Amino acid sequence: MGSTQLPPGTEESLAATTALAAAPGEPTEMVQLLGPDGALGSDPIFSDYAKRIDPEKLRVFYTDMARIRRFDQEATALQRQGELALWVPLTGQEAAQIGSGHASQPQDYIFPTYREHGVALVRSVDLAELLKQFRGVSNGGWDPRENNFHLYTLVLAAQTLHAVGYAMGIQRDQKAAAATESSDPKAAVIAYFGDGASSEGDVHESMVFAASYNAPVVFFCQNNHWAISVPTEVQTKVPLANRAKGYGFPGIRVDGNDVIAVHAVTEWALEHAREGRGPVLIEAYTYRVGAHTTADDPTKYRESAEEAAWREKDPLDRLEKYLRAEGLADEAFFEQVKADGDELAKYVRSTTHGLEVPDIRDAFASVYAEQHPLIAEELAWFEEYSAGFESDQEAAN
Amino acid sequence: MATMTIAKAINEGLRATLTGNPKSLLMGEDIGHLGGVYRVTDGLIKEFGDDRVLDTPLAESGIVGTAIGLALRGYSPVCEIQFDGFVYPAFNQITTQLAKIHARSLGKLTVPVVIRIPYGGGIGSIEHHSESPEALFAHNAGLRIITPSNAHDAYWMIQKAVECQDPVIFFEPKRRYWLKGEVDVQNPGLSADPFKAHVVREGSDATIVAYGPLVPVALAAANAAVEDGRSIEVIDLRSISPLDFDTVEASVKKTGRLIVAHEAPTFGGIGGEIAARISERAFLHLEAPVIRVGGFHMPYPVAKVEEDYLPDIDKILEALDRSLAY
Repeated sequence: MGSTQLPPGTEESLAATTALAAAPGEPTEMVQLLGPDGALGSDPIFSDYAKRIDPEKLRVFYTDMARIRRFDQEATALQRQGELALWVPLTGQEAAQIGSGHASQPQDYIFPTYREHGVALVRSVDLAELLKQFRGVSNGGWDPRENNFHLYTLVLAAQTLHAVGYAMGIQRDQKAAAATESSDPKAAVIAYFGDGASSEGDVHESMVFAASYNAPVVFFCQNNHWAISVPTEVQTKVPLANRAKGYGFPGIRVDGNDVIAVHAVTEWALEHAREGRGPVLIEAYTYRVGAHTTADDPTKYRESAEEAAWREKDPLDRLEKYLRAEGLADEAFFEQVKADGDELAKYVRSTTHGLEVPDIRDAFASVYAEQHPLIAEELAWFEEYSAGFESDQEAAN
Repeated sequence: MATMTIAKAINEGLRATLTGNPKSLLMGEDIGHLGGVYRVTDGLIKEFGDDRVLDTPLAESGIVGTAIGLALRGYSPVCEIQFDGFVYPAFNQITTQLAKIHARSLGKLTVPVVIRIPYGGGIGSIEHHSESPEALFAHNAGLRIITPSNAHDAYWMIQKAVECQDPVIFFEPKRRYWLKGEVDVQNPGLSADPFKAHVVREGSDATIVAYGPLVPVALAAANAAVEDGRSIEVIDLRSISPLDFDTVEASVKKTGRLIVAHEAPTFGGIGGEIAARISERAFLHLEAPVIRVGGFHMPYPVAKVEEDYLPDIDKILEALDRSLAY
């Protein structure tokens, strides 16, 4: 009875997915293709998707993961030196972000949280722009329409609803396009969030809406095990991927430190969504190796042994092992990657120093899209007030 | 000219919007086949289909949050929140997201979402169905807040709200839904600008400012004051944010006395804001302190005593007496 009420296509998808989350209490299968030892395994569904990744693409994955890790180190250093007010490190989550980001197509639209620096890199956002928010010179920084990469959202999970609404818009656009036999490529949306945010009501509502309207959206949850100081067990008693079942769409847990599996699973999910078969939840099982932010102190709430165990599963190390073992990259490649990373760090550092401090008049100008008398009145007062200082200054001179 | 109720005028305004703007759509709880609990969207799903008139899941944050996403994709969603007291689950989406997206993107993104909220008391309803939360939204920059008091305004202001590139909260005076009036569907006249206050009755001895459901009450009080030989000016504010202080100021400079009436509690309310601004702009023109007539500092009371809570003709006349005797 229940299954007959599922959205079209879901039943087949559910059956086709080996890694569907198990019922509460049952062990949940996790899709893993590249193990920590650098050996490539197989999966009845996702190996076919992994085969699409050619050696050049694998080297790009490695390069991007290394670049974003180097960027993360540089940004952390910039914060320590007082150049940034705060930094939100991503180290440990590179595979989850680079793998999923590369699975997206230009026409797809991404709604990040505030830690998706790796996805931003893949979407060609200027990383120096990304630092504006953390330097206190902008609340956004980039034009989301240029790369279909939305601004960071700091209010947890709020963006998951925006993602579903955006996907509902895509649905309508595609319906209109079909009527005119347009050849625009089909699009989907990715909504990023974390294990902590999974407890927010907006995640629930977004999944309800997505399921009801069969919206082309992929919910990409990076379970990094810690919501600041609170472990995932406090957020959920079942694997997060299992929750999808309750909404009537597929849920997949993937090894979030395995860039090949993440890419394969996300590509599958995006195709599923683009083809009108509805939403998918991906739980990327990963670990936040560093602090929540530079204001956090993980030694207060977790054991270093746990961190050490996760370092053994490092996403870069395992891909390096694989590339070397398969002869897909030589020493010169890795040296070049390191040099590129240092170059990026240098660029980011110098650009950060040069980030222009905005004028508060820009803030007045952007509150409303249309003319607003109170804004005009307060700006006029501010100009007059500021001019008073200037004339005092002139008098003193 | 056509005679219609405010509810019908909004319905016709929405119909005109859906007809003229292919990117506009309606979303809310029970707004489709039922036509909304007040039937404001009656018949629209039949005419425009369920891609444009969406019966949503029962989740206010979900309605506003997905509307934001639709707006980011280029749509103009009009959300209905079923009752004033149920808007709070969406408060986070409205204040932290909807109000700020234009500012935080430095104007690169616009989110032209309209949120319709039936508000106010006087209908003998149960808890959470009679509130006036406009001040909570007025405090948030980035939002516009308007409220019609008559059918002609209702017809045109809802259309102007959808045309506006800023998010607009459209408060509908629910106890006036059945108030009939003349609507000129060809010519908006003064209703073309939804953000300007209207002087709806001219007078010389004192000014009453009201909006939404209290405009007819203020007019009735002004008419009653004629018996005492008083000439009272009445302003229908229409827009709460932005607030047309110029029109209020000009009136006060003429009459020297100001009463502000609203159903919402006076503490921290719109009346206090008007009193403060007018004292700044027209202090030497004031013959008496600005007096507020509004709700008490309590949760909206039970229906059987709401008449004691709501501003009525007598409360406004009492305030006028105090002002004129000062």
